[in-house]
Amino acid sequence: MDRSLFGFIIRYSKRDQLLIVPLVVASMLVYYLTLDLPKTIINKAIQGGSFPQPDSQATFLGFPLDRIEYLFALSIVFLVLIVLTGWLKLQINTMKGWMGERMLRRLRYALFDFILRFPLSRFRRVKSAEMATMIKDEVEPLGGFIGEALITPLFLGGQAVTAMAFILYQHVVLGLVALGMVAVQAVIIPKMRQRLLVLGRERQLTARALAGRIAEAVDGVVEIHANGTSNYERAELSARLGRIFRIRFEFYQRKFLIKFLNNFLSQVTPFLFYTVGGYLVIVGRLDIGALVAVIAAYKDLPTPVKELIDWDQQRMDVEIKYQQVVEQFTAEEVAPAELQALVDVPPLPRSGRLRVSGLSLVDEGGSRVLDDVSFEAGLDEHVAIIGRPGAGGSELAMLLARLAQPTGGSIELGGIDLVRAPEAVTGRAIGYVGSLAYLFPAAVRDNVLYSLKHRPVRECSYDGPAAAEREFQLREARRTGNTELDINADWIDYAGAGVSGAEEMDTRIVELLRVVDLEETIFELGLRSPGAAMASATVAERVLDARARMRERLDSLGIQDWVERFDPLRYNRNSTLAENLLFGTPVGRAFDVENLAGNAYVRRVLDETGLHELLLRTGHKVAETMVELFSGLPPGHEFFAQYSFIRQEDLPQFEAVLKRVAEVGLKGVDDAEREMLLALPFKLIVTRHRLGLIDEGFEARVVEARRHFSANLPAELRDAIEFFDPARFNGAASLQDNILFGKIVTGQAGATPRITALVRELLDELGLRPLVVKIGLDYQVGVGGARLPVPDRQKVALVRALLKRPALLVLDQAVASLDPTSQLRVLDGILAERKGQGVAWVMHRPDLCERFRLVLVMERGRLTEKGKFDELKSSGGPLHKMLGAAQ
Amino acid sequence: MSLEQEIELIRQFPIFSKIQPAMQKLLCFTAERLTYDAGQVMFNAGDAADAAYIIIEGSVEISVPTPAGPIVVNTLGRNDILGEIAIFGDVPRTATAKALVRVETLKISKEMFIKVIRENPDAAIELIKILAARLANTTNQLTRTRSGTRP
Repeated sequence: MDRSLFGFIIRYSKRDQLLIVPLVVASMLVYYLTLDLPKTIINKAIQGGSFPQPDSQATFLGFPLDRIEYLFALSIVFLVLIVLTGWLKLQINTMKGWMGERMLRRLRYALFDFILRFPLSRFRRVKSAEMATMIKDEVEPLGGFIGEALITPLFLGGQAVTAMAFILYQHVVLGLVALGMVAVQAVIIPKMRQRLLVLGRERQLTARALAGRIAEAVDGVVEIHANGTSNYERAELSARLGRIFRIRFEFYQRKFLIKFLNNFLSQVTPFLFYTVGGYLVIVGRLDIGALVAVIAAYKDLPTPVKELIDWDQQRMDVEIKYQQVVEQFTAEEVAPAELQALVDVPPLPRSGRLRVSGLSLVDEGGSRVLDDVSFEAGLDEHVAIIGRPGAGGSELAMLLARLAQPTGGSIELGGIDLVRAPEAVTGRAIGYVGSLAYLFPAAVRDNVLYSLKHRPVRECSYDGPAAAEREFQLREARRTGNTELDINADWIDYAGAGVSGAEEMDTRIVELLRVVDLEETIFELGLRSPGAAMASATVAERVLDARARMRERLDSLGIQDWVERFDPLRYNRNSTLAENLLFGTPVGRAFDVENLAGNAYVRRVLDETGLHELLLRTGHKVAETMVELFSGLPPGHEFFAQYSFIRQEDLPQFEAVLKRVAEVGLKGVDDAEREMLLALPFKLIVTRHRLGLIDEGFEARVVEARRHFSANLPAELRDAIEFFDPARFNGAASLQDNILFGKIVTGQAGATPRITALVRELLDELGLRPLVVKIGLDYQVGVGGARLPVPDRQKVALVRALLKRPALLVLDQAVASLDPTSQLRVLDGILAERKGQGVAWVMHRPDLCERFRLVLVMERGRLTEKGKFDELKSSGGPLHKMLGAAQ
Repeated sequence: MSLEQEIELIRQFPIFSKIQPAMQKLLCFTAERLTYDAGQVMFNAGDAADAAYIIIEGSVEISVPTPAGPIVVNTLGRNDILGEIAIFGDVPRTATAKALVRVETLKISKEMFIKVIRENPDAAIELIKILAARLANTTNQLTRTRSGTRP
């Protein structure tokens, strides 16, 4: 990475910059002509310089023309010149834009590339938000500037010199006046701008720190609430904003002062022209055409000069920005690019031994966290590394997984030098799971497959416009030093997982889910998520079959009334009024139950079926009941969340609405109030709420409105709902809902557990369980896996590491967050799965290491004991003591 | 049966009769209407006590597990209340309740019950009366058992 911005610009955009130069020169020539032509028009055509007699003729391009024709001809030439100038400017600007954007792309890519090559220790000291701001925001102005970097001074300088030359050629005195003023501008303004630069830099640093601070508050939000420190955080942020305000305030003050001076200087020159030039015309030493041309030329002069000064300012500004960003990214040793180069078939250790000798690691503080560790194990053996927290086990794991570089010593894995091996080798040959594994915000399946995405395995084929677009993207990527690898290619290394394709891959993942005791959880998730993604015709058929069998099963057990089935002709008393009206599952936001009363089509259906007034009256009664029941409760009472139809903060609003209704009647309320009341009854469930507001007549009318709703549904809303249909699979509803096709009745004790158990039984019998698990694999884990509990996140990470079948699986407290019984189960599962393959497992619990072939005991960074568990457990050595302490 | 009828029902219980009508209504609204089939166990001895039940219809057998097998100690019917003591003691259920026929109940959560007692001294006194009566009853039984007569 070049240290200076201009070095970077010249290195990567020299050719593009040079290509623009001819255009700039051409535009200068045209520009000079546009300055010169008005003089000819005025002096020769308008004032009649070329027409001493009324019938004189002037020749234009060889044609003889009279005075009027001559004027028009010259004017048309002038028009052509204007168009030409504009066109040249357009070309230059477009080329500048492209060039700038390309350089910006190159820069961003290069910076991200640095991040991928940072040593892990670096991430302990920088905030992720600050890095993101640097790449996203701080280099942004650079792109704009790079386009201008060489062309602008050339263009503006050329323009200024042309104008200046023109003025001087017209009249030396006037020229000198203009030159003097420009010189004053060029000397004074940059001086005044020195302070602006300093302020600009401070502004950048404080803004970056602000981004980092906000990210900290977001990451630490639990601590803020748990400690009641939100006001401390407010004060902290306010202080920062105050500092930023100070800087920006001074910045703007100076900026506008400079602007004022600049404007003044450029406007004082015409004053001189009018006085000096006017005087010269009057005494006859200058013709009026020349004066007008000089003034016109001067009008154009301050702009390029000012812009040149601006450019210089911007140059210093972005130069500083560039240096700051580049310093941040290159301050430290980064891994050489070759280490991460793409290797199609890297040599992988499959058998052999793991040899560690004389391994040592000195941390940033200078203390020796690993000291002369040596051991050997077969790649078919399981090794337990036992030690208290801080004994060096975690560091050893990091080195074994090549996540850090040792200070001294060597690691050899099946004949490969692990310290220097490229990532193509280590990333395939070693699996690593730490105590807090990270999940990407994607589906479970994508997270698991992540370990197999080393290189594109099968290229994506494009045709038609897509192929042209890909060609374009490829060309641009090449021009900007970006990778040419295609994100749309198939990156999944099926062979690496030992399977032949997607279908087998899913089966393999399910196998591994069982190994880490996660299959049941994923099954549960699958049962609750919409099955649309997997809904092939055969799946739909099987689910419908399950639906029929479920019904039979309930009948045969005599509990058919434990589930109230959806019947197009009957009101379902265990469903909400909303569900009864829609009689389907909303897809997307259009028929969102929370907002149903605000939907125009729903309102239309209510109006057309006469349900509107009935619903409004019901809503009024619900509001009355809610206000009566809940207004006496203290703020924040749990009953609001559990039982109330109205949120506590909305209660006063509803009280006001009720008062209005008491005054003006239901007919008199305005639209907003009407909507508030209408929204309430939609949540009513007859059997649960027992408010006695929905009688049989009401039910019949809702069923009628339901028919009306589906019959008149506008085409554009067809995709916003999937109707309940006894004979069809509902892709928007969960699998469980599809099988039940109804509601578990609320008043039946023990119904929910019994029915869910029945659903599971049925799925098992019909062999649908794997399908449900596959649907569960589409579950989105959320940011950092937040939608899964921590132990399940660990399990997903374990599956990810197991899936790629590494030669050595390195685990560092990987199951420590699980409860003790699950820990044992998962540990046994993994060791069984890895039978005959290498495992190195760092743990604190000495009692677990009985299951390993080789036990290493770490104490204060040193390997103090190694051997078989049986030999060590009663030898009186460190393990013996640890076991004693553990009991 | 609607909320209004349930309110009528709970008014018959001394514990609930003297509390505010709005509170009675809230009590019923937050309560759950639950039906148990004949033979279905409502709770087992040893379970956590999270609710009290008012029997609207049917009869419930209360039994205590002993090493010699369960001993039936009581049978409750329409308009009886059960389980209300255990939720104040933070102790597990001491007896098992089983529906003898199809039973309809109103299940009142522990939180709601405690809220009623906390805010209504009259209801608290009614609760103490029940406790006192049960204690007297238990003492009687114990005395009779000790003196060798059958209860």
